[in-house]
Amino acid sequence: MRVNDFSIVVATANGTGSQTANLTLLRSFFKMGIPVHGKNIFPSNIQGLPTWYHIRVNKDGYIARKPSELLVAFNPATLHEDVATLPSGGVVVHNLDLHLKPERADLTYYPVPVKQLLAGVEVKGKIKEYIANMTYVGVVAHLLGVPLDVIEEALEHHFGKRRKLVDSNLEVVRLAHAWAVENLVKTDEFKVEPMNATAGLIMMTGNEAGALGAVFGGASVSGWYPITPSTSFIDALREYLGKLRHDVDGRPTYVVIQAEDELAAIGMVVGAGWAGARAVTATSGPGLSLMAEFLGLAYYAEVPAVVWDIQRVGPSTGLPTRTSQGDVAFAYYLGHGDTKQVLLFPSSIEECFEFGYRAHDLADALQTPVLVLSDLDLGMNNWMGEPFVYPDAPLNRGKVLSAEEVAALPDFGRYKDVDGDGVPYRTLPGNENPRAAWFGRGTGHDENARYSERADHWVQNMDRLARKFETARAMVPTAVSDERPGAELGIIAYGTTRYAIEEARDLLAANGVVTDFMRVRALPIGAEVRDFVARHERLVVIEMNRDAQLTAILRDELPEHAAKLKPIAYLDGMPLTAAWVAERLAAHLGE
Amino acid sequence: MERPTPAVKLNRAGLSKNDYVGSPSTLCKGCGHNSVASQLIQIAYELDLRPQEIIKLSGIGCSSKSPAYFLGQSHGFNSLHGRMPSLGTGALVANHAVRAIGISGDGDTGSIGLGQFKHMLRRNVRMVYIVENNGVYGLTKGQFSATSDEGAKLKYAGTNPFPGIDICMEALVAGAGFVARTFAGDAKQVREVIKAGLSYRGTAVIDIISPCVAFNDEPDSRHSYAYGREHEQALQEVGFIPAQEEIYIDDYDPGTTQVVELHDGSRMTLRKLEADFDQADRLAGMARLERANAAGELLTGIVYYDDRRPNFAELSELGETPLSMLPDAKLRPSADQLQAFLAGYA
Ligand SMILES: Cc1ncc(C[n+]2csc(CCOP(=O)(O)OP(=O)(O)O)c2C)c(N)n1
Ligand code: SF4
Repeated sequence: MRVNDFSIVVATANGTGSQTANLTLLRSFFKMGIPVHGKNIFPSNIQGLPTWYHIRVNKDGYIARKPSELLVAFNPATLHEDVATLPSGGVVVHNLDLHLKPERADLTYYPVPVKQLLAGVEVKGKIKEYIANMTYVGVVAHLLGVPLDVIEEALEHHFGKRRKLVDSNLEVVRLAHAWAVENLVKTDEFKVEPMNATAGLIMMTGNEAGALGAVFGGASVSGWYPITPSTSFIDALREYLGKLRHDVDGRPTYVVIQAEDELAAIGMVVGAGWAGARAVTATSGPGLSLMAEFLGLAYYAEVPAVVWDIQRVGPSTGLPTRTSQGDVAFAYYLGHGDTKQVLLFPSSIEECFEFGYRAHDLADALQTPVLVLSDLDLGMNNWMGEPFVYPDAPLNRGKVLSAEEVAALPDFGRYKDVDGDGVPYRTLPGNENPRAAWFGRGTGHDENARYSERADHWVQNMDRLARKFETARAMVPTAVSDERPGAELGIIAYGTTRYAIEEARDLLAANGVVTDFMRVRALPIGAEVRDFVARHERLVVIEMNRDAQLTAILRDELPEHAAKLKPIAYLDGMPLTAAWVAERLAAHLGE
Repeated sequence: MERPTPAVKLNRAGLSKNDYVGSPSTLCKGCGHNSVASQLIQIAYELDLRPQEIIKLSGIGCSSKSPAYFLGQSHGFNSLHGRMPSLGTGALVANHAVRAIGISGDGDTGSIGLGQFKHMLRRNVRMVYIVENNGVYGLTKGQFSATSDEGAKLKYAGTNPFPGIDICMEALVAGAGFVARTFAGDAKQVREVIKAGLSYRGTAVIDIISPCVAFNDEPDSRHSYAYGREHEQALQEVGFIPAQEEIYIDDYDPGTTQVVELHDGSRMTLRKLEADFDQADRLAGMARLERANAAGELLTGIVYYDDRRPNFAELSELGETPLSMLPDAKLRPSADQLQAFLAGYA
């Protein structure tokens, strides 16, 4: 028996309501205490095109994508292709009405008479179609051994107080389950058993976690424009602000504005940041390109702003519902002239939450935009995580001078490097001191924010901005590393590739190949990244884009080590698998 | 022996007129934009405005540079081409206690910024939005703008084959509640209209014909001084009386004086010069503009006034304290709230 160690894929068509069924399965495993993660692989359309939901169940906690061994085949369009991808020993649970011929002798087939099962159910029309998906939940529950009361708990989680929906869905699950008990003889080896590896954990999407982080970072203004996969970030933000941010008199202490486009969305964020409110927007590649001019201005005028870029595959609309790490280079240099932006790379829901509030502290402390580069995989899928830790420090509002503080100064120069760290002092509109005012602009300016085209003023200012970026190095989240004695290779990566990489390292270690791993969590890089690179003779940088964007940035920042940094970059819209990573690492070591 | 220093006249904010000036203008001598800036200085002084309660915002263009030239003690931001409305929206959501003076150009508003302009009007953000309209791109040296008249001639650009966009018409179509046009050469009217705009609850659109002496001041250009002086057609005489009482606008007879109730309690007297003109009638405003345009007239005055629509801050139900001034305790929910919240995700 293969207990608590397998992957399932559910193949359905977009718009058939399978998401509830899939999340019910996912959450049931989670509630049984088994480490689990689900990935929704969906098309960029509303109805009809194929979608797959991959669930990885693994007692040892590996949750990277892995080719599936169990297939729930409910989509006629991809039926044969889906069956063909299964490994020997795999399982097919299929809708009988699709008339699938069990052609492969190395698979176990379980036909489910969906139409017949639903015949007695008292719901009509669209709901019936949705609820049909619950039949495979019932059958899979029986085959794998998921208790029905756990399924009920999962449904309760999903539907909350809407008891009617819980009951109608549960009814179908029970029907299908009873039918399976009666009619299916289990001949496969996959099974779940309760364990205790998820106790105390939460499950959330990265976008929800990031939005919650923003709320705990004091975000008060958001201008945004819909784009997958970032929209659910703002949906969550609005929901959470609605629950958590009201004044004693019940008035909201926030405003979320659906802008007319990304040009306006970022304008609102920069305007609010200039006026002193913490502001956030979320977008994806195409939106980020429209934000470029404003973010360049914000860099130069030194206005805090937080942008979540939930990356998808570009260029242009690219593969709008597939994941990538393709915006790194663009985001890092966003703006015209010499601009460099601060980037954060979360890899888990815990980091989405933490970076969610820290991004605002950093933006205020550095008076600059901070871009959080998440991705579709992290943003839109449900992940397990430790309950979030409440921020351990008060909000850092940075160098904002009050009217009294301005009064106490001999003079106030908006762009003066008083402390030698490149970060000047600012005042907010409404400051009562007549000397507090300054004029923000994109044109050349002197230390007092006065228009200047003088060469020395320009150079001074740009040098200070470069100095400020050096200050940022020590303020951004540090890279984390895991180093093992006898390692032959150092691996550098960022974001969600970590799961496949961590698993691949263990696979290699089992074969006697030891590796070190450093996960970069921000740009600009800190000293720890330089040291890690310096310490290793052989190094690879793994990333999900074609042109090895972080590799190029690291080579640029560490020219003395440039030749050592070898990219392993790949992009097909799908999250990495451990097998692929292990194979590439082994190949690299063999070179 | 000490000579007595001449007394500097202070307003009720305790400031002299000099306290309202900005940095020296870098615009051409005689540019209409400079006269608007000097009227704004005069207005702020006359209205006893505290510079701290004003923010100045602009897009890009010669016109958009001008916020640097008035109210030097006010915060300001010269933002991006056509995108001051979004910046202003964000700033005024962050701090709705300040009042905004936005300066844009016809190129800035009528072309790249047309979308943001219209959306700001839909939101009714509280801002005096001035378009310094010279029918030409000044800063990029003399191209036609979206408001250039059909058939207009420019030295380098040739003859304009396309009909111009009428800023006031666009504002009316977008649902603006305060739409006015005036002429930079008519200092008094500029002042009174802007004063009225400052009292308005939402976005007050003021299209100021502001001649570009460098690129568009041929006497036959509708955007020139000479043309303006000759062809200006005032809709009404506008007088401004700062006061506390609120008064209503009603339909009133031609030739008589009407006092308009303004949002902040100050009053505006209108003298209606045309028998059939009604500032509360949007369609009449459009028709009158259309007729004036057809006749080649420069129609000035307040074309439309209606302050019933709440502004964006009001619609957002914001409390008294601006978001930018909320104490940290109000910005970050408590640890208990976090815990309770996360329980829903276990
Ligand atoms: C995105 C962008 N495109 C183009 C420009 C170049 N540009 C600067 S000012 C201007 C036109 C300004 O015309 P207008 O708003 O009428 O102002 P004026 O200079 O006439 O007062 C243009 C096109 C720019 N700054 N930014
Ligand atoms: S070019 Fe025209 S618009 Fe620009 S400053 Fe000169 S006169 Fe004014």
